[in-house]
Amino acid sequence: MPHSRRQFLTSGSSITLLTLMAASGLLGPEAAAAQWNKGAFESKNMEDLVRTLGGTAPQRSDDIVFVGPEIAENGAVVPVEVASRLPGTDSIALLIEKNPNLLAANFAIPAGTLPEIQTRVKMAETCNVYALVRAQGKFYYTAKEIKVTVGGCGG
Amino acid sequence: MSKACRHLVRWACVAFTSGLMVSAAAQDDHAVREIQRYRQMLQEANPAELSELRGEDLWRSLRGRNHVSLERCDLGLGPGRLEGAYSRLPRYFADTGKVQDAESRLVTCMMTIQGMTLEEATRDWHSPNSDMEALVTYVAGLSKGYAIDVPLSHPEEARMVAAGEELFFRRSGPLDFGCSSCHSMPGRRIRLQELPNFLDSGSARGAMTQWPAYRVSQGAVWTMERRLIDCIRQMRWPQPEYLSDVVIALEMYLQRQANGGVMQAPGMKR
Amino acid sequence: MANPMRIRARADGDIVQVRVLISHVMETGLRKDAQGELVPAHYIQLIDVTYDGRIVLSAEWGPAVSRNPYLAFKFRGGAPGGKVRVTWTDNLGETQSYEASVE
Repeated sequence: MPHSRRQFLTSGSSITLLTLMAASGLLGPEAAAAQWNKGAFESKNMEDLVRTLGGTAPQRSDDIVFVGPEIAENGAVVPVEVASRLPGTDSIALLIEKNPNLLAANFAIPAGTLPEIQTRVKMAETCNVYALVRAQGKFYYTAKEIKVTVGGCGG
Repeated sequence: MSKACRHLVRWACVAFTSGLMVSAAAQDDHAVREIQRYRQMLQEANPAELSELRGEDLWRSLRGRNHVSLERCDLGLGPGRLEGAYSRLPRYFADTGKVQDAESRLVTCMMTIQGMTLEEATRDWHSPNSDMEALVTYVAGLSKGYAIDVPLSHPEEARMVAAGEELFFRRSGPLDFGCSSCHSMPGRRIRLQELPNFLDSGSARGAMTQWPAYRVSQGAVWTMERRLIDCIRQMRWPQPEYLSDVVIALEMYLQRQANGGVMQAPGMKR
Repeated sequence: MANPMRIRARADGDIVQVRVLISHVMETGLRKDAQGELVPAHYIQLIDVTYDGRIVLSAEWGPAVSRNPYLAFKFRGGAPGGKVRVTWTDNLGETQSYEASVE
């Protein structure tokens, strides 16, 4: 049930920067924007994106397991699941080839968390969905084509 | 070409064509199966659960002129008894002298217990994330696992079911269309959307046990009334009023056809 | 309750599975309303999940994450009774935070 901002501070000893900022009312749109990687979300292709994320030359890998539907009845809600078998995986990103913006989401996986993510994304039209993984400083990806019967971006 | 040769060519053509036809049908089946798989993946977490949470909050909130909650509202099983109530609706209520469904009954309570006007209670009922949407989803969710058991013990109930049945079969409007035009035969589809056959209890149960349902294309939960009113609009009939006898009669007929089906709502639909 | 959240956290031995359903419109800014006007972009940008105060997942999202987002993942080192907290901030600076106990 809803928690007031005041409750954040009493609920735990070590809290994230995000919750601290939210609690103290410091998190205005500008502050939030500062933490969010605008450049990454504006990248138009995978090479650019990887460069923005501080890497080079992403390699295709069979050690990334991508589970998704073959056909999405509604492109507004496409369930996807990524599991990385690459040792040292510390981030998993989802890229949608023909969306207005390539990057959909980027997850940071701390030590102790399994390198597996399930979520739902919007697809404008039938295209490839990429799972981009960073492991031990290098980038790897796999792709799956998902067919969309009704595009999910423009309502 | 010799007779035998022509015969061979004819058989080859038939084989080839039926091969094509089989593969086209197989493709259709494959698409249907894949879409079912897609729907299955979405069952894991239905955004309708969020509407249930909001609905519970509204149920308990002190609202209206009388500044009280809905917790004494009687949905047919006694004041405040919600488990299984939705599965026994629509039904006759002595205090209003009418057959009512979950939505109209909630509105009765909002007006009589909480002191709201009809306008206040039904404000924006058709808008995504409306109060009515949340309340009905919450109430329906509390019938999950219960069998649909719409009664036929009061003359008014019989009258409404009969009216609903007549409405189901009546063809009207500029398209000379009725519910039965699409929903009274097995195996019907509009593009990839399967159409329930309400004359078959299995198919009727499959449909009615899923409503209210989160409609992915709308990003909102639609109640059965909302769905029926929209169907009627799509048939180019005049749109009935929210909570009117027309909608409740049709709803009651369809629920009766689905008697025995185990409620799974809120469901998830395209 | 404008933006409810459903957090389910279940321990299976040492591993906790977290499943979150979040209420948020996740508007892309590309959609037109019934009047033909563009609906402004309004989507979660930052989200993090903590377990008893330590970060177990953090993410940056764009508007291509679906409306009423769903998120599921697993982490080690949790136990029944531990607290999982999910906090998000969107592009308009709005923020929500909810907590649930691990079952």
